[in-house]
Amino acid sequence: MNPAMTSALDWALHQPSYLASFLASLITPANGDMAPVATPFFFYLLSGLAVAGGLLVITRRNPVHCALALIVTLIAVAHLYLMLYAPFVAGVQIIVYAGGIMVLFLFVIMLVNIERASKDRRYNRIWPVGLAAACALMALFVSAFVKDRALFPDRMIKLPEGSNTQEIANALYGEAGRMGQYTFTFEIASLLLLVAILGAVIMTKKRI
Amino acid sequence: MLNQFMSYLGSNLTPGSANNQLWALIYVLIIFAGVSLAVVCMNWFERKALAHFQIRLGPMRVGPHGLLQPIADAIKLMLKEDIIPQEADQFVFWIAPVIGLLAAFTVYTVIPFGPSQAVSDMNIGILFMLGVSSLGVLGIVVAGWASNSHYPLIGALRSSAQMVSYEIAMGMSVVSAILMTSFNKEGTGTLSMIGIVRSQQEQGIWFLFKFFPLGLVAFMSFVIAMIAETNRAPFDMAEAESELTAGYHTEYSGLRWSLFMLSEYAAMIAVSSIAVTLWLGGWLRPFPNLLHAPAWDFIFSLFPGLTFLGLAAIAFIGVARMPAHFSFKIQRIGLAVFAALLAFIALLLLVIAVAGRSSDTSIAARFREGIGYVYWFILKVALFMYLFIWARATWPRYRFDQLMRIGWKVLLPITLGVLVLTAIVGVLAS
Repeated sequence: MNPAMTSALDWALHQPSYLASFLASLITPANGDMAPVATPFFFYLLSGLAVAGGLLVITRRNPVHCALALIVTLIAVAHLYLMLYAPFVAGVQIIVYAGGIMVLFLFVIMLVNIERASKDRRYNRIWPVGLAAACALMALFVSAFVKDRALFPDRMIKLPEGSNTQEIANALYGEAGRMGQYTFTFEIASLLLLVAILGAVIMTKKRI
Repeated sequence: MLNQFMSYLGSNLTPGSANNQLWALIYVLIIFAGVSLAVVCMNWFERKALAHFQIRLGPMRVGPHGLLQPIADAIKLMLKEDIIPQEADQFVFWIAPVIGLLAAFTVYTVIPFGPSQAVSDMNIGILFMLGVSSLGVLGIVVAGWASNSHYPLIGALRSSAQMVSYEIAMGMSVVSAILMTSFNKEGTGTLSMIGIVRSQQEQGIWFLFKFFPLGLVAFMSFVIAMIAETNRAPFDMAEAESELTAGYHTEYSGLRWSLFMLSEYAAMIAVSSIAVTLWLGGWLRPFPNLLHAPAWDFIFSLFPGLTFLGLAAIAFIGVARMPAHFSFKIQRIGLAVFAALLAFIALLLLVIAVAGRSSDTSIAARFREGIGYVYWFILKVALFMYLFIWARATWPRYRFDQLMRIGWKVLLPITLGVLVLTAIVGVLAS
């Protein structure tokens, strides 16, 4: 067998011991400086939830069930951001996607007659294309993982959790009067959003 | 485990920051029990206060002055038949109240009852609170849809439109308060709930009074948006009983219905805590910088005990005013026991206050300090709870278009203007 595959298998077989060490950390005082939150156990739990939610989104017929499953996925992804020591991104993910956009989704879905809509035949047959695209993406990920594990850091990078918000602000808006790394792109993106909002208002208003 | 229990006792950190899972669990249990108890008390107090606003007596039969009424209500709700309509979406109908309850209780992890009296001090505290409490609307929306009935669906639609609109005004007023935290020497603000209160202490002013009247206007906008966010009168369009029977929870009964009530009241306490933390100085007692001599510390530490003494005195007056007829004998004894209990708590708090005076390191001194923080925080939140009842008794319900107009055309421009003015004034002042 490929040595990379063997080490990956070996790594996967060690997961129960990670779970055991997490459970042990609950009853014994931790001596490290950082809380052992980012354990493989939590990673697999959250990514499992995200994948399960994603599968439910595309397999359920009832759109409200799909929307609820999508919310589960979005919240699981928000927790993955937390594990990457990016609390600000996680909070924004929950506010914008789970709290804002999904509520509007549900709002629109509830106005649709679900009884009739679920009996309608799907008018497009693009799912083979979607399946092929998903498989290609999966193959890309797997090949990247198996071929070169050096791409990924062996141990997690400890970023200062407390400064995440400040780092993002510095990158977006710049610090001490200088333009940040992404200030220009950020402003362009906000202009795009403004145009989209104006377009929505013009489309819905009969008379401006 | 004992080691973990003992090691936290001397620290000044929250259990989350001290990385102590055992104490975090203890804090979570205390907060869960405390909030549930507060909801029970609030239930009784709301019925009594509303009754007195309308020159009625309110509950008087179950226990002296209806004090046992919440317990009777709880037993009734638990014994009631739990009906799930046949045409309802069973799973979603089942999970809707759970979503609301989870969202309402999760936010309590970051509410600072004191500098170390919180489960965790998150770097994104206020963002977390706004985000998770905005998930609460999902429970309402989904409940209205799953009931498969017209009134609940209309109630849910109204509720989601209302919450999404008022969230924006709420967020804008919160941003202007967060902006105020950054007007210090370092020029860096904070999103942490504990950090916000600390910066009010450092700047020596509650944000309610900072840049008068900008802080006050932001605070007032927040209070209006907060009443709308929790679906309380006069913005209770989602359950307008004269139009929609009971709105989104029409089809719910028994324990499930009580879960909705529990999450509504828990959410009320949570948003009041945000207001208290952002504008009213959180756990800080009045004038912590101006009157900081040990003598003043002692005087303010007597307040918790004196409050309970006052409550005990009111209860004793109630005992004295009971009719002398023999059929009131049991009620009279019950109220006297309740009054004695309150007096005992008052005595305990006063003893701690006096014993903790001598040194800063003894257990009693630490207790005195902690009780002081929690007392001032709860007192401020309790004022907000009374405000909710007061508003409900005073104003008639808005029409839905009026509600939307206030949200989008009045509150949003005002809060945006306050945000811009706060930034301008802050830059000019520093």
